[in-house]
Amino acid sequence: MSDVFIIGAGIHPFGRTEGRTGLDQGAFAVRAALADANLRWSDIQVAYGGSDASGKADTLVNQLGLTGLPFVNVLNGCATGGSALFGAQSAIKSGEFEISVAMGFDKHPRGAFDPRPADWGLPDWYGEAGMMVTTQFFAMKLRRYMDLYAITSISLARVAEKAFQNGAAAPHAWRRSPVDIDTIMNSAMINDPLTKYMFCSPAEGGVALVLASAKKARELGRASIRIRAVSMRSRPQGSFEVFAPAIDIERGISPTVLASRSAFETAGIGPKDIDVAQLQDTESGAEIMHMAENGFCADGDQESWLAKGQTRVDGVLPINTDGGCLACGEPVGASGLRQVYENVVQLRGSGGARQVPRKIRTAYSHVYGAPGVSAVVILAC
Amino acid sequence: MYLGRQRGMLRLVKTRPIAIGIFETTPALRLIGGRQRSSGRVVFPLPTDDQRFERVELPHRGNLWSYTMQRVAPKSPPYKGGEGFEPFAVGYVELPGACIVESRLTQVRFEELRVGMPMELTTLLLHTEADGTAVVIYAFQPAPTAQL
Repeated sequence: MSDVFIIGAGIHPFGRTEGRTGLDQGAFAVRAALADANLRWSDIQVAYGGSDASGKADTLVNQLGLTGLPFVNVLNGCATGGSALFGAQSAIKSGEFEISVAMGFDKHPRGAFDPRPADWGLPDWYGEAGMMVTTQFFAMKLRRYMDLYAITSISLARVAEKAFQNGAAAPHAWRRSPVDIDTIMNSAMINDPLTKYMFCSPAEGGVALVLASAKKARELGRASIRIRAVSMRSRPQGSFEVFAPAIDIERGISPTVLASRSAFETAGIGPKDIDVAQLQDTESGAEIMHMAENGFCADGDQESWLAKGQTRVDGVLPINTDGGCLACGEPVGASGLRQVYENVVQLRGSGGARQVPRKIRTAYSHVYGAPGVSAVVILAC
Repeated sequence: MYLGRQRGMLRLVKTRPIAIGIFETTPALRLIGGRQRSSGRVVFPLPTDDQRFERVELPHRGNLWSYTMQRVAPKSPPYKGGEGFEPFAVGYVELPGACIVESRLTQVRFEELRVGMPMELTTLLLHTEADGTAVVIYAFQPAPTAQL
């Protein structure tokens, strides 16, 4: 199996950019990634990209150049970025291409994500009764978990506090001001036990990565960040996902567990070998549960990990070093690639005030979303 | 017909279930689920037009599996809770031998909710339509422990 390297990474700042479309933010990110790789668009042999709700990625050739390259649109919900990366990597591994681009973008209006029952194969009454609310699902998955494993609300606040602290040091983040624990805990309760500051918001942004074969990366003198694994999984029987009028009594594992195990197996390393991780933090509790689902700690250990600051930038396993979704917001098509972008920054040692202070060699990212998809990427240098 | 309270007066109001085929009130209040013929797996609601499933009545008592409080009005559409939003509780109730059903919770203060507490099936007036018809949905309320 041939190695694939990330030789360029670009991002359009997350948050809200008035007057710039999602497509334009995607193009901005591609240009930034090309500049980073010191390449031109005409050097790109194949591209994979998409947005969840902000336009067709392949129309970007109008802005970037009509070079005739194959451009595959990806529409895969929260796993759009992960799927684009999976495609761009596979294209190179197949031996047919030497340089590819993976990109994703989105521009969600305030309060976006208006699900309609019929689109999800659900009866109308489910929405009419007030149960088709994503935040309810997150709160109920979390409540059960907190009850089973003795996680308390202070841990939820600690995750959010860390996110805003890290976001303040990340130029591409949306929320750039620290928020203290009391403010987080005393902000408006949305769905108990989660307060306003513990949820991420729909946002805007774009990310692009330039990938190359080992041969090409060496030619260009950029063979430093290697993709060790890209894994994407959908939900198995017994997982607990959003918009479920009923679930099985016999509980199963999550798509995250499947994707994580597969990625570690491909990479030939384990959770203890990871130096920095970006984990899906749609809300504070998600980061906590995903620490265990990805194998980094046992269920329940998060309480002491967070109390000791072990997931802060200077901790034993820094998590969400750019503030994650909590500080960056969630443009669905770009969010998973933002995590990989941040890992590239960290592995290069160019994270500035949010840089993990010790030498790091491996970086892990995990994106998760409805209706139960997870993608994991492991990088190494 | 239910006895409903309107404008402070007790009077008979026309009611209808929120949907046909998800619960029945006679001879007893029951949720209607589906049992997969091949595996015995029980789902809710009963899938329509799917020969793999046969109709099954779900147990009307169970235990609270998880819960939360909806503090802000869900977006409308699809939500049809009527005017004057009041926060409400929702949860999942484990019905023994069947499945874990998502439901509105009623007749309970949020502070009283606990994972594992006994719950029983009831109904809840969701909203009143323009012609005065009250729309009713299934819900769960705390069950007296002695009855379990």
